[in-house]
Amino acid sequence: MNRSACAAMAILISMVAAATPAQAALRVLATTPEWAALTRELGGDKVDVYAATSAFQDVHRVDAKPSLVARARNADMVVAAGADLEVGWLPILLRESGNARIQPGNPGYFEADASLRLLEIPTAVDRSMGDVHPQGNPHAHLDARNVAIVAAALTARLKAVDGADAPYYEARGSDFQARWKAALARWEAQAAPLKGMPVVVIHRDQVYLCRWLGLIEVAAIEPKPGVPPSSSYLAELVTRLTATPPKLILRNAYNDSKAVDWLSARIHVPVVLLPYSVGGTPGAKDLFGLFDDTINRLTGVTK
Amino acid sequence: MFPFLRANTLCGVAFIALLAMAPAHASEVSELRAQLDALKSDYQAKIQALESRLAQLERQVAATPPAAAAAEPPPFAPAPSPPAGGGGANAFNPAISVILGGRFAQLDADPASYRIAGFMPAGDGVGPGRRGFDLGESELTLAANVDPYFFANLTASLSGEDTLSVEEAYLKTLALPSGLSLKAGRFFSGLGYLNEVHSHAWDFVDQPLVYQALFGGQLAQNGAQLKWLAPTDLFIELAAETGNGERFPGTHLAHNGLNGAALLAHVGDDAGDSVSWRAGLSWLSQRAENRAFADVTDTGGAVLDAFTGQSRTWVADAILKWSPHGNANLRSFKLQAEYLQRTEDGQLAFASTQQALSDSYRARQSGWYLQGVYQFLPRWRFGARYDSLDSGDPAIGLVQHAVLPLADFGALAPATPSRVSAMFDWNPSEFSRLRLQYVWDDARMDVRDRQLMLQYLFSIGAHGAHKF
Repeated sequence: MNRSACAAMAILISMVAAATPAQAALRVLATTPEWAALTRELGGDKVDVYAATSAFQDVHRVDAKPSLVARARNADMVVAAGADLEVGWLPILLRESGNARIQPGNPGYFEADASLRLLEIPTAVDRSMGDVHPQGNPHAHLDARNVAIVAAALTARLKAVDGADAPYYEARGSDFQARWKAALARWEAQAAPLKGMPVVVIHRDQVYLCRWLGLIEVAAIEPKPGVPPSSSYLAELVTRLTATPPKLILRNAYNDSKAVDWLSARIHVPVVLLPYSVGGTPGAKDLFGLFDDTINRLTGVTK
Repeated sequence: MFPFLRANTLCGVAFIALLAMAPAHASEVSELRAQLDALKSDYQAKIQALESRLAQLERQVAATPPAAAAAEPPPFAPAPSPPAGGGGANAFNPAISVILGGRFAQLDADPASYRIAGFMPAGDGVGPGRRGFDLGESELTLAANVDPYFFANLTASLSGEDTLSVEEAYLKTLALPSGLSLKAGRFFSGLGYLNEVHSHAWDFVDQPLVYQALFGGQLAQNGAQLKWLAPTDLFIELAAETGNGERFPGTHLAHNGLNGAALLAHVGDDAGDSVSWRAGLSWLSQRAENRAFADVTDTGGAVLDAFTGQSRTWVADAILKWSPHGNANLRSFKLQAEYLQRTEDGQLAFASTQQALSDSYRARQSGWYLQGVYQFLPRWRFGARYDSLDSGDPAIGLVQHAVLPLADFGALAPATPSRVSAMFDWNPSEFSRLRLQYVWDDARMDVRDRQLMLQYLFSIGAHGAHKF
């Protein structure tokens, strides 16, 4: 073997050994900002959470970047949305991580959607239907009631993974549930006037929000999930929506504004920008902020 | 709403109508009409019953809260997820994905005469392929976790010439400690960047010239790879590979034991929320024994040359990807470059019908490519690539000792082949791609080959996950 190559490798290994941080908190890699925020709420200073994506990214389409492989390598736990939302990149991260703790089937692998009853579970799947998810619509966090269910499951899991701190997680979990319950009552009261309001969405990722608040999705700008609209489809949409105009067009932080602005100008219906996840708007600083801001924006436009 | 019921009713009506057309007594007609009416009312009743049941179920579903929040889930139990493959024994079927690829090529120069000047021929994976329509390569991949400890992957390639080959067939460990993983079987070597990438994920129809010249396309190992990921937030990956080393530039060795090894190191990270990168350095050493190739002498006579000796290759690779806030839905840019340098040291044999000679041989050859691909709209991308090779000035003992003229080694005459490629592709969805590529290919040095290629790539089956 080449001597210089050996020397180079020895130097690298010793550099790495020197740079290895001392282990302290439970290291969690969360795939999405909302579940990262929930893990922070529940884990407090016992967890060190890294969010693999931001609210400005489409979680369907993310690269298995080197930085994420490195985080997966060091994670004690992965918190994913599941239901195939991350199918294009998470399997690679897990396989490349060389980390047995976070492989599916182990306590260190948590899927939020696994504890929920998902909507829109197709009876048959075919790619001609667009980017459909065989296990149901995975964008479940926007029904705030689901957050409480996932929180209970995640608290139980944190206790299982980090048994030494179980009482701490138990206490934080109960505290969160109490605060969330109060917030839920507040949001539902504030959003009462929204019930029955017709809205247009881009992708079918507002289904849970609409169902929770009683908004009625009358049209989607994507003709099929993940399929961009053609001009003829948009023209048809304009005709249809001019006849029966919706109240609002919903746009997520990560969506392009072009199609919604175009539609808005033609049917004279305002666009409301929603954070979609934590960090999507300046107001959506944490999970409470996410729903405060979402409902403020929805009710603000309709006033 | 109930197409099958409607279809049945229509069939019944048509059948009865046909019967009625036949000469018949009035009593028969009225009897048939009575039967038809009975059928109709029967179906209507059934449809009404089904509709009311559906409405009832819909009300029930709407009335149920999203899930029972009251009961706290038990401490860890593997999450029950609905079986993917229809349940039963099929639930354990591996993920199956099929890539269909094909193309149409219009080439100025005869592809049978294709060669990369100054480099020893590296086998089948060289050149632009056939003229006209070509089925290209269809790829079948089966992959699944074997158990909690191993992941298995088989990728078979079906060529347009009706041959079936195993591209990759490997096991990879999932449960080794300390960031270690072991891969064994046949796999694409992890050296460089593009070597591990399957052909359907390339940004151009073909491989860079330097990969064609030095590896005959892609280097596959029949062996094992041990990889270690450093426990740092900076991505640092070190790997060592060894195997039979029988693929070009190595050859099968006529004794027990391994042929050569590869050492790889990759580093990567993000720079802000819009840029991510990876860079690496790899080293490959293999032995070749009687690696033969046909050549022509000064006078046009056919000879068989053969290299025996050590082949060492260095690869430096770098890739950078950009998209606004990491959201590649609208726009993205990818820039990648690799530099490869090979030193071969040993004996070169020269065998014609008249004589068989052998003397020392030493050559240092290198090449690089630089390519950029810009996605300017959600479904549209264009890219450009520049290839450059330098065959160096080989020290051929038979020439240096004035036994033979350099002109007797036509394939080894010093040369600097190059190529320019432009690419444009349209991606109706994540699973389909149509590509147009135009190439100015100066690999032969004496003639410029302009190549126009149209390619399609379709993916069916399991959702593929691509490496960075």
